[in-house]
Amino acid sequence: MVSQAAKRQLPGQQAIDKKGWWLAHKWLILRRMVQLGILALFLAGPLLDVWIVKGNLASSLTLEFLPLSDPYVMLQGLTAGNFPTSEGLIGVAIVLLFYALVGGRVYCSWVCPVNIVTDAAAWLRRKLGIKVSSQFSRSTRYWLLGLTLVLPPITGAIVWELFNPVSLMFRGIIFGIGWAWMVILAIFAFDVFVSQRGWCGHLCPVGAFYSLLGHKSMVRVSAQKRDQCDDCNDCFVVCPEPKVIRPALKGADKGISPLIDEGNCTNCGRCIDVCDEDVFNFSSRFKG
Amino acid sequence: MSDKQKRGLSVESEGKQAEHKSMLSRRKFMGNTLKTACGTALLGLGMGTYSRQASAFPAWAIRPPGALSEDKFSGACIRCGLCVRDCPYDMLRLAELGEQVALGTPYFVAREKPCEMCEDIPCAAACPTNALSHELKNIDDARMGLAVLIDQEECIAFQGLRCEVCYNVCPLEGEAITIEMQPNRRSGKHALFIPVVHSDACTGCGKCEKACILEEAAIKVLPTHLAKGLLGKHYRLGWKQKEKAGHSLVSPDIKHRYNLPEGVRYDYNRGGLELPPEAKLEQNTPFSSNPLESLKKLQNQENR
Ligand code: SF4
Ligand code: SF4
Ligand code: SF4
Ligand code: SF4
Ligand code: SF4
Repeated sequence: MVSQAAKRQLPGQQAIDKKGWWLAHKWLILRRMVQLGILALFLAGPLLDVWIVKGNLASSLTLEFLPLSDPYVMLQGLTAGNFPTSEGLIGVAIVLLFYALVGGRVYCSWVCPVNIVTDAAAWLRRKLGIKVSSQFSRSTRYWLLGLTLVLPPITGAIVWELFNPVSLMFRGIIFGIGWAWMVILAIFAFDVFVSQRGWCGHLCPVGAFYSLLGHKSMVRVSAQKRDQCDDCNDCFVVCPEPKVIRPALKGADKGISPLIDEGNCTNCGRCIDVCDEDVFNFSSRFKG
Repeated sequence: MSDKQKRGLSVESEGKQAEHKSMLSRRKFMGNTLKTACGTALLGLGMGTYSRQASAFPAWAIRPPGALSEDKFSGACIRCGLCVRDCPYDMLRLAELGEQVALGTPYFVAREKPCEMCEDIPCAAACPTNALSHELKNIDDARMGLAVLIDQEECIAFQGLRCEVCYNVCPLEGEAITIEMQPNRRSGKHALFIPVVHSDACTGCGKCEKACILEEAAIKVLPTHLAKGLLGKHYRLGWKQKEKAGHSLVSPDIKHRYNLPEGVRYDYNRGGLELPPEAKLEQNTPFSSNPLESLKKLQNQENR
């Protein structure tokens, strides 16, 4: 299936031919702009002395009044037995609310810097036509998520933050990277040569946490014009979580709604981009 | 066998096959789950062990003011760097991968940039997790570590030279460091001006360590648990007990007496032996005050 599509041409070629390159990459470009824009805001302080945002993704303060804190990191601290300040709690509440509305894994495709790396790895993998992929379950990430929340009460320390590549990379870019670039390189190599979508699609507990958080989010992608699907398979090839598409796209007979109602859809919009039949569009839980 | 029977058999075997298949897949699922569970447990063991090692905080690094004790800190700090950003002297930093300090946690090195002891403690105020405790209201109460004049061989005050730079830069000069005079036994007549740190006032800011004029500082801020001893709880210091009770608790105080010639007194604070003003000791002593006379006496004895 996948190999056929890869053999034929790179996914999205038909969309490019039909819609033009820009429209066929609209959401991808928007996403990269947001990801890099967030990094730039954090970097403007130390580099240009323009202090709009300070801190990092774990906790930040914008324009000296808006606190934002990562609920997952804070939860690890909580399970270690530490209660944050009220400012910290407000920051957590705002972030929780935001992702619960727009989709938890929006964090992955619109914010997380590792996503750029793993997307690049997936692209290179397609380009090189690498097929071999070690098989392990996509639910491994939930095991790891559990582990990262069990270790703090046992050890009394926020253990996962010694390893977390997401924190490592984001903090590294802003505060000094040390040897952390090796970890990023390792993830890239792992995704290219060892396992397809290995890190973000199978292992990352951060993504797992946010998938649970955004389980019932308002903003959703919908395969509204699924009757126009010509089975080119391009959406399956580009989607970082291809399993989420099938029920919505192919479930018309079974009466399944066209809404991609799955916590693991990252709302990245790549399926919208690459579909030359305009099957997908951003929608909401109520519209279907 | 009739067709019916055959069909029956095949249906039966199909059913068995399906059952077999589902059992196999169930077994495979169980096997996979078990594998993942074991892998996760092993990984957890590895990460937990590593985290114990990684949380050993090196003695040359110092946490910002208000930091919880190291075991609590590693469960509280989320490595956001807000403390780093709000320090007006920009002397804090987050540990990078490859450094000895637990990854991403804030620290400073006194010899490079010490804490300036800001009155409003902006670093602690910025902390969203209380890893830097908001209960610290007065920076003088901070205990980031304890300064120790650790090398008393190299410190030039111990050579009898005047320095006192550490004393002069201390924000709590006169309380955290005082200068105590001691006799200079090398010259026999001068004093040593020795800086002495007092743990009840020293905040561990590290300004003394930064300012020490030696190539390698003789005074260093150490983690308090490394710098401090602890007297056994059963010890009772007589003079303190006496002060508390208002009288001696062991035996009635007897005034100490020296066996000295009549009229002679001994007073350490006033320079030792004290003779009564009327006494003319020179006349009573068998020795002449002129050493030449003693020599002559000796010579006379030999000539005889
Ligand atoms: S799965 Fe993890 S690493 Fe990947 S984008 Fe999401 S948070 Fe980032
Ligand atoms: S379904 Fe579409 S929006 Fe969701 S993750 Fe896949 S490509 Fe992205
Ligand atoms: S007290 Fe002032 S100088 Fe010292 S760490 Fe905090 S902000 Fe920096
Ligand atoms: S502000 Fe607090 S939580 Fe953030 S890095 Fe500093 S000590 Fe850690
Ligand atoms: S560390 Fe040194 S300078 Fe700072 S309070 Fe203590 S003795 Fe004074």
